[in-house]
Amino acid sequence: MLPCALLQGVYLAPMDTRDGFDLTTGRGLMACPRCDALHVEEELDAGETLRCVRCGGLLAKPRGGAFVQLIALSFTTVVLMMGAIFFPFLEISRMGFGNATSLFGVALAFADGVLLPLVLAVMVMIVGLPVLRAFLLVYTLAPLAQGRAPYRHAARAFRWTELLRPWSMAEIFVIGTAVALVKVAGLATVHLGPAFWAFCALILVNLASRGFMCQTTIWDAIEDAGLPTDGREAVGGPVP
Amino acid sequence: MTAGADEAPLAPVMTAHRAGLLGCRSCGRVWPQDHAICDRCGAALVPPDRRGLQYVWAWWLAGLVMYVPANLFPMMRTQTFAGLQGSSEATILEGVVELMHYGNYDIAIIVFVASVIVPMAKFLSIAWLAMVAGRPATVEQAHTRLKIYEVVEFIGRWSMIDVFVVAILSALVQLGFVASIHPGPAAVSFALSVAFTMLSAQSFDPRLIWRGLPLRSRTDDQGKD
Ligand SMILES: [Zn+2]
Ligand SMILES: [Zn+2]
Repeated sequence: MLPCALLQGVYLAPMDTRDGFDLTTGRGLMACPRCDALHVEEELDAGETLRCVRCGGLLAKPRGGAFVQLIALSFTTVVLMMGAIFFPFLEISRMGFGNATSLFGVALAFADGVLLPLVLAVMVMIVGLPVLRAFLLVYTLAPLAQGRAPYRHAARAFRWTELLRPWSMAEIFVIGTAVALVKVAGLATVHLGPAFWAFCALILVNLASRGFMCQTTIWDAIEDAGLPTDGREAVGGPVP
Repeated sequence: MTAGADEAPLAPVMTAHRAGLLGCRSCGRVWPQDHAICDRCGAALVPPDRRGLQYVWAWWLAGLVMYVPANLFPMMRTQTFAGLQGSSEATILEGVVELMHYGNYDIAIIVFVASVIVPMAKFLSIAWLAMVAGRPATVEQAHTRLKIYEVVEFIGRWSMIDVFVVAILSALVQLGFVASIHPGPAAVSFALSVAFTMLSAQSFDPRLIWRGLPLRSRTDDQGKD
């Protein structure tokens, strides 16, 4: 697998020039995004975990075969999400009236109502963003896993994957469903459909994906594979 | 993080800012200070100073403004034609009371924590973090502040639970349910309030927490650890 940066704390004089990094241009250095502490990049074996010397935050956690695993988990996400959209989500019955519908059906039913914005926002957060993130991650990692040069705008794709992470809320939706079921328990009988279980599986897939994810490793791999960054070439570049 | 604190070196740590460099908050790459955009990931490079706090305060205020109607107006209207409850409107708090009334204490606690405690704690924490940001602090205080920031960042999105509950309940109407449940105006303003406070927390630069630390003076980490 691709090597990851090992990061050691720099506690040296400002004009220090050890091999491998440059305190005047920032070459070979990494700054902790949480506390700004500088670390020197060096090789790191898979399975090691590196924490910031200053704030203790996680800096790098490369795992062997992580790229292939992440790609597989992304495809799993998309497949599960298709099931979660088109299979029945909740089945409800009350006084002889019974019905079952999928999320897709719900979205269609609301398509011309005043609630459209709310439904649209919810659908984006629970379905749209997880799928989009899966595609962006595959777009970033697929060439890297094969040892080829990354696709155009791979850096932007991966940056968006990370930016959208907090807005992808499938796991919160599952808890919301549980609360909603309790609330209607007195009014009707509700059964969970296969789509609900698909959402539960998505949470597990998401957790596994998080375990394999090491942003530092991926940024390093994108850089080492010679990414042309959006047309801007690195000025006096840090690329080795 | 105690693990990090234990391993903390005796000598003061060099920061990108102190070295006259600019670290990318998105990917960690370090650039000279005249760089505006990270060449590796394309993110805008921002120096860790208090100017960035105006975004935090703007989103914070927008979130607070939206939080007021979220509590005053009903989250949803329930009408049961043959049911026991008749027609009712419930605000966030009334919804919690109703859950407790039917004996669902555990669910009531989840909703109360997610919709009342978490948003309140978030407003207070972000305001406090923004106020003390960049002010002198000890290493222990900085670790506490970072911990609070991480908790706020992690937990904020969970407030969306109540919005999803309302969305699911309204969707049940589409299932031929013999009752009608409609989202109230509070559902939208609460969703916006959560989104705005998430943006506020994301705008906060945790590097500011550490800016106040006297790195190389006589009272630096050396004395403390
Ligand atoms: Zn750090
Ligand atoms: Zn960057």
